[in-house]
Amino acid sequence: MTETSTTETTTRPGRERGREDGKFGRYGGQYVPEALMPAIEELTDAYRRYVLGNEDGFMDEFRERLADFGGRPTPLQRAGRLSERYGREVYLKREDLLHGGAHKLNNALGQVLLAKYMGKERIIAETGAGQHGTATAMAAAHLDMPCTIYMGERDINRQRPNVFRMKLNGSDVKPVTAGRGTLKEAISETMRDWAATVEDTHYVIGSVVGPHPFPVMVRDFQAVISEEAREQAIGKAGDLPTDVIACAGGGSNTMGSFAAFVDDGSVALHAVEAGGSTLEVDEAAGVAPNSASLYAGEEGVLHGARTKLLQDSHGQIMESHSISSGLDYAGVGPELAYLVDEGRVTPVAVDDDAALEGFHRLSRTEGIIPALETAHAFGFLEEHADELGDRVVVTVSGRGDKDLESVIEETDKRDIAGAPDMSMFTGGI
Amino acid sequence: MPGDEERATTDDAAPKTGNSATIAAAFADGPAYVPYLAVGDPDYESSLAYVEALDRGGADVIELGLPFSEPIAEGPTIQGAVVRALEGGMTPDRFFAFVEELDVDAPLVCMTYYNLIYQWGDSDGPRSFVERAAEVGLQGLVVPDLPAEEADPLREACDEFGLDLVFIVAPTTEGERLERIMEQVSGYVYVQARLGTTGAKSDVSDRTTESLDRLRGYDVPKAVGFGISTGEHAERIVAGGADGIIVGSALVDIVADGVENDRPTAAVAERLEALSRELKAGAERGFAARTADAAPGDAR
Ligand SMILES: Cc1ncc(COP(=O)(O)O)c(C=O)c1O
Repeated sequence: MTETSTTETTTRPGRERGREDGKFGRYGGQYVPEALMPAIEELTDAYRRYVLGNEDGFMDEFRERLADFGGRPTPLQRAGRLSERYGREVYLKREDLLHGGAHKLNNALGQVLLAKYMGKERIIAETGAGQHGTATAMAAAHLDMPCTIYMGERDINRQRPNVFRMKLNGSDVKPVTAGRGTLKEAISETMRDWAATVEDTHYVIGSVVGPHPFPVMVRDFQAVISEEAREQAIGKAGDLPTDVIACAGGGSNTMGSFAAFVDDGSVALHAVEAGGSTLEVDEAAGVAPNSASLYAGEEGVLHGARTKLLQDSHGQIMESHSISSGLDYAGVGPELAYLVDEGRVTPVAVDDDAALEGFHRLSRTEGIIPALETAHAFGFLEEHADELGDRVVVTVSGRGDKDLESVIEETDKRDIAGAPDMSMFTGGI
Repeated sequence: MPGDEERATTDDAAPKTGNSATIAAAFADGPAYVPYLAVGDPDYESSLAYVEALDRGGADVIELGLPFSEPIAEGPTIQGAVVRALEGGMTPDRFFAFVEELDVDAPLVCMTYYNLIYQWGDSDGPRSFVERAAEVGLQGLVVPDLPAEEADPLREACDEFGLDLVFIVAPTTEGERLERIMEQVSGYVYVQARLGTTGAKSDVSDRTTESLDRLRGYDVPKAVGFGISTGEHAERIVAGGADGIIVGSALVDIVADGVENDRPTAAVAERLEALSRELKAGAERGFAARTADAAPGDAR
């Protein structure tokens, strides 16, 4: 059942990239404390055997659980009103319909199952928007593994519904108070936990970031998005899409949405980053009021990989900003950095205002309330539709239920055409 | 700066024990006390006084932390020091100026994360950082997020400019990994006493002994760190076979207490010197016990 897709993907060179040594041109690598290296070697071996080699039927079990527990495949839906608005066919890859409400389950379920195959006894994870934490908590409950999630204090306040969900699934949520209390600090803190518990614990990293083998492994788990979308597009539109658009924080949604198309030279790939309030950087304060590491970042080493980063001239990592917690990160996956340098992926930044407008537009015209992360992709579509081809796929990476409180507050601060008056809710819902 | 003449004789040093004769010398007679402080914690001037106090307290090598914004190998104590130092305006340039200004006898090792080394200066890669480090008189580097796999460019630069490159060996490091590290290491090997991050502890880990056993056959000084906070710990660890002890968080705790309670710099420096003497004396007691044990052991 799985044979055909495995052989098909291995004949496509784009999918081989990084599998052997974790290097993507000058990016990637394994920059971690020595205490973690034996675990990373063990994980690399497990990735080769179970994920690439389907040993003990790992990939078969993974696909079956993704279907039964996760609800795959997700639809590729033609968006009628957006198609009309932009004068081209717009298709939505509906990862918001995956169990948990975002693409994050593809990776979380894969890694928790892998941890189980490896004989690990405990799961830890970081989370920004809480979507990866939620997905990991669900997978851990589903597969009966104890789970601890680290989340920045600021993000805990921004994404409260997800904190409740993680707790309901039996996970322990640990607030991280360092720095600005966002994703960067949560990753650092999870790495510290791992350094102490590495012998029986697996770190389920939430994006295509970190040391090898995480970037390739997370990409391979997320690639199901584009494997499905590619076949669905051919089935529905009779042809490959001209453009694929996906929002990028660490880049797992982006790499998952692009992976099967990387070798299709005719398909333009757009990675939409958070432009925050501005692309200007405040060096003295160490703050980048955006999270546009592909667009505005410089090469450096963070959280285990060499990649593009928001950093000051000395190499200190900047505090990033975005209206969406899930894009609020100073780094990005090394493979994306490489594909951008190669000219295969085009990075674009969409600011907070345009993302919020995109949020309201999709909600009103298509009846889909997107995550604020996802909304950036629709901000891009609005601003750049004229430059796109006539068959566009946008990945709806997640649904927006988790963001309602932030959206009410942020909408109230602005004057957004077509947004409902939400002032009566501003004290909280 | 200390060590200038010695560096001229670098070529005589055996490759295994490193580039810098001064670090080798620091381990040559008796156990080495190797304290760590984050440079610039809580400000440049106090930090100078604090590092000089370590030297008066008997430091054989001093590890100077160049603060990085994402210190993933550090526990809460040293994270606190890093935050204070960065808020106090510490930068790599000021760090180098600090090293030049410092008046100490002990050889100096810079401990920092790879991104700062990589970004410094104009060169693509670590070379210009290492060149500048050699210029200001640093004798070695420890980079906790740089495993042996990624270390070739830095190792080459250190060889070019006569610096030692110290590697950390964890309780989980064994077999081929250990050999790969021991091929690259010079100066001393940093034996991580326990899993986890830095932080003062009230006990000594059993895993230290196991790690020292694994390292027995290698001809490089073994300095144990992570968790050591008292003279008694120091004594036990050296008695157990360590050639040196590395102490960070217990010293940083004194600096943090000074900040919290607004203590005068001189008073904090005095406490740093006193704890240094205690740790050094403990290490020496452990060494004496070990040599006393070893003598009859020959006939056993
Ligand atoms: C819905 C959604 N989309 C996108 C992202 C961004 O992460 P990544 O770039 O890894 O897909 C997140 C992260 O939390 C998310 O929740």
